[in-house]
Formats: sequence, C-alpha cells, structure tokens
Amino acid sequence: MAENAAKPAVGLSDVSIAFRLASGGTYTAVERATLRIADGEFVALVGPTGCGKSTLLNVTAGLVAPSAGRVDIFGSPIAAVNRQAGYLFQADALFPWKTALENVAIGPETSGMPSAEARARAQGWLTRMGLGAFGDRYPHMLSGGQRKRVGLAQVLIRNPKILLMDEPFGPLDAQTRQIMGNLLLDLWSGDRKAVLFVTHDLEEAIALSDRVVIMSAGPAARVIGDWRVPLARPRDISEIKLDHAFHELHRDIWHTLKAEVIKGYAQSEGT
Amino acid sequence: MPRSRLIALQILVAIIAIALWHLLSTYPVFGKILLPPFFFSNPLDVAQQIIAWFVSGVIWKHLWVTLIESILAFVLGSIGGVLIGFWFARQPRVAAVFDPYVKMINALPRVVLAPIFTLWLGLGIWSKVALGVTLVFFIVFFNVYQGVKEVSPTVLANARMLGMSERQLLRHVYWPSALSWMFSSLHTSVGFAVVGAVVGEYLGSAAGLGYLIQQAEGVFDVAGVFAGMFVLAAFVIVIDAVVSMVEKRLLVWRPLAIPDEV
Repeated sequence: MAENAAKPAVGLSDVSIAFRLASGGTYTAVERATLRIADGEFVALVGPTGCGKSTLLNVTAGLVAPSAGRVDIFGSPIAAVNRQAGYLFQADALFPWKTALENVAIGPETSGMPSAEARARAQGWLTRMGLGAFGDRYPHMLSGGQRKRVGLAQVLIRNPKILLMDEPFGPLDAQTRQIMGNLLLDLWSGDRKAVLFVTHDLEEAIALSDRVVIMSAGPAARVIGDWRVPLARPRDISEIKLDHAFHELHRDIWHTLKAEVIKGYAQSEGT
Repeated sequence: MPRSRLIALQILVAIIAIALWHLLSTYPVFGKILLPPFFFSNPLDVAQQIIAWFVSGVIWKHLWVTLIESILAFVLGSIGGVLIGFWFARQPRVAAVFDPYVKMINALPRVVLAPIFTLWLGLGIWSKVALGVTLVFFIVFFNVYQGVKEVSPTVLANARMLGMSERQLLRHVYWPSALSWMFSSLHTSVGFAVVGAVVGEYLGSAAGLGYLIQQAEGVFDVAGVFAGMFVLAAFVIVIDAVVSMVEKRLLVWRPLAIPDEV
C-alpha cells in the first residue's frame, strides 16, 4: 500500500500555525505538527473539535501560511495556493449563481479548456455522480447530498494529485454519509490520489482510510498518534463497521482520543 | 385566499374609494359638501381630463420624456454605483478616505440639488437625469459594496483552490455576488429614478409628468393635478411590473427570489 517513497505527496515538517489576536498577543493553533502522506495514501486526520485540524488542512492547501515549519508538496516547497490539490469544503462552496453543470465545468474552463469541451466533460462527471439529469439545477434546488456530489465532481474533474477534505460529509444525515463514503472510496480506488481527510468521526476515519492520525486538543495542538488501518480493500462502509479488526482498532484509538476529546470539551466549555 | 378573490377585493377597494370621493364631492351631507370640488375635484372631471390627454395624444410626449429621464438616471446611476462600489470594496483604503464624504452626500436631501442641476444643465432632460442619478447611485453603490464585501469566504477559497486568477475571481465570484445584491434592490433604485425625474420636472422643466402636474397646480386646476397623479401612479405600476419580470429572470438561481404574497 503506502510505501515511504522519497517524495511524499504531502510533507509537513514541524509546522506551527499561530494567529494574531484582536486583543493583542497570539494564539497558537497548531504546534510542530509533522505529517507525511505518501502518493496514493488515504489519511484521516482526527481530533477533538477546535484542535486546528482544519487549519492544518488549509496550510496544506496553501490557503493559510504556517508561522513556522515546512510544507512540501511532492518534494518541493509549497508556493501560494497548492495547485496539485483539490479541496472539498465542509460548508457549501458551490457558486450559487451557477448551475450544477456550470459549477463542475468552471475549473477546466478557467484553466483554458474550450467551454464546449469543459461542459461535455462536466456532464460526464455529473453522470458518474448519478446527477446526469440535474445539470441545469442551481445549488439551492439540490439536496445536501446532491450538492456534495456536485462539489466532489467540481474538484475531481480537475484531476488533482492530492485530495483535501474538511469534514465534507459533516452536514449530511447518517444514510447519505454512508452513500457518500462508499462513492468516495469507489472513485478513489480508480486512480488512487493522496487524500487528507479531516473529520471528528473516528468510525468514518477508520472505515475510509489507510492511516488514522490523531491530534491533541488545542491550543498548540500536535500530532499524538498514528495508526495504520489493516482492513482490506475494497471496503463497504456499512459492512466494515461489523468487522472484528475494525472494533479492535477503534477501541485502541479511542483510548488515546478520549482524553483529548474531554480536554477539548472542557476548554470550549470554559471559554 | 384564491387569486381571483384577491383581485376582486382589490378592485372593490378602488370602487369604494372612488364612489366615496364622488359622493362626498357632489352631494351635500347635512347641507355641506365635505370635499369641495375646488380642492378635491371629482372623479368624473379627473377621468375626463385623463381621457382628453390620451385622446389628443399630448400625454404621450410627457410620458416619453419622463420615461427617458428615468431610464437614463437608472442606467447612469447604476453604472456609477457598480464601478465605484466595486472599486471601494476592493480598495479598503480608498473607501476609508472617502467614507465621510460619501456619508455627507448621502445624508443630503437631494431635492436641494435640483436648482443647481437646473443652473448647470438647463431646463432640458439632463438636469432631471442628474437628480435621478444622485438618488440611484447611492442605492446601487451601497448594495454593490456590500455584495463584494460579503462574498462567502468558503466560495472564495473554493474558487482559489479551483485555480482561479485574480481576474477570474472578479468575473466569476465578486461580480455575480455584487450584481445579485444590486438586482435585489432593483425595485428601490428604479423607483428612485422615477422620483428623481418627476421631482426634477416639477421644480422646473418644459415637459414630463412632473411638468404636467406643476402646470395644472399653477392655475388651480385640481382635476389636472389629480389626473397627473393617476397617470403617474399607473406609469410607476407598469414600470414596477417590468422590473419584477426582469428580476425573476435574473435571480433565478436564488432561493425565494421574490416572495409572491402581497
């Protein structure tokens, strides 16, 4: 599976992220986080709410600059926005004034592909997502799950080498989450991209990924655990949760995560 | 309430109001006419006046002038508002420098500018257009400014991740967002364009609905004043209907673009 190649898709070395506060002083969200993701590896980043895992994702995306440390993408330091990466956001990120088809076609279009070709390819992606007949709908006319699928098509049509996901299925109901998870695994198995999948749902993390990385509660969150997921692929999300190995791993990781979740909860309650 | 019944009730209100107006201005109540025709005219005279205007065709010229003034005021004010609003929103420093002046001019009752515009631009349509522009500009300006400022950060980050350049961001993100805010204030800004035109005409002109009303008032022709008001009201309703149609088309991507209830 994930061999430690010389040039990992993502290499975070001692990355610290601090924000200046309005009241003066700084808030250190992440401290000296080190994380490597091999090409083709599916890594889930799990941590309590507010631990800075989304911030770390934004650093990998090049949307936020780290205050210290190195970010390497396939061996070269990141410059501005990470062009190799596609990003699926937690909140609605589709352009509300564009139809589903236009939303999917916009990536290729802005990078210079003729509009007709871009639209034809976008239609192909919508069909793959089971939304072939929904191309002329505007985002507000689609359900949450459909919007996520359009978002996924919008990202994947650009064929990024790295896929960054920030609790992408968070707002969806349980059934839709499982459907989306299986769809994601299905698409991913076609051409294994490096994936960094942020979630606070440990079950989702284990079911989807090759590796589960745990972050401590913030502030100054750090990487405190790294587990390999020994479950065979292809997987079915709903079935794999019945697997014995799944339970053992879950118990194992939860043992570490629990303390952090309690800490994080106490902090967010305290402020 | 079913639509037909609603319309019936709406018409009923008009019939009762006009009937009351007619009765009170024609027949004495306890030996006294409550709405003396000299001050209130009566519906028949007003209707006669309106019919006479349309039969002789004089009204068309005035309607045309007011329409042209309103359209010009709307178009020019909108262009200015969009450009400046966009510029200010993208250049916070410029916005900060001009902020007190924008507030100052916006707080000024625009009617006081009318004599100056007449002085500068003459009695023709351009002084009215200028007055309308000062009204329309600020509505569009504030909306576009807001629209650019309030682009969803997630949508913006998404656009960046999709590889958009600054120019593409302007075109695909900021611009549609600003326009959607502008369109949502379409009724207000079109309404103000008409107000600017009519008030300008009223204060000094040679044609237009405002001129018609002002002329009638000058000779105490109350029927003429009322007739002018009714024509103006119908004019505004027609324009508003057109705006609603345009709005429905432009904001098709928005949830609940136009609430349908009255």
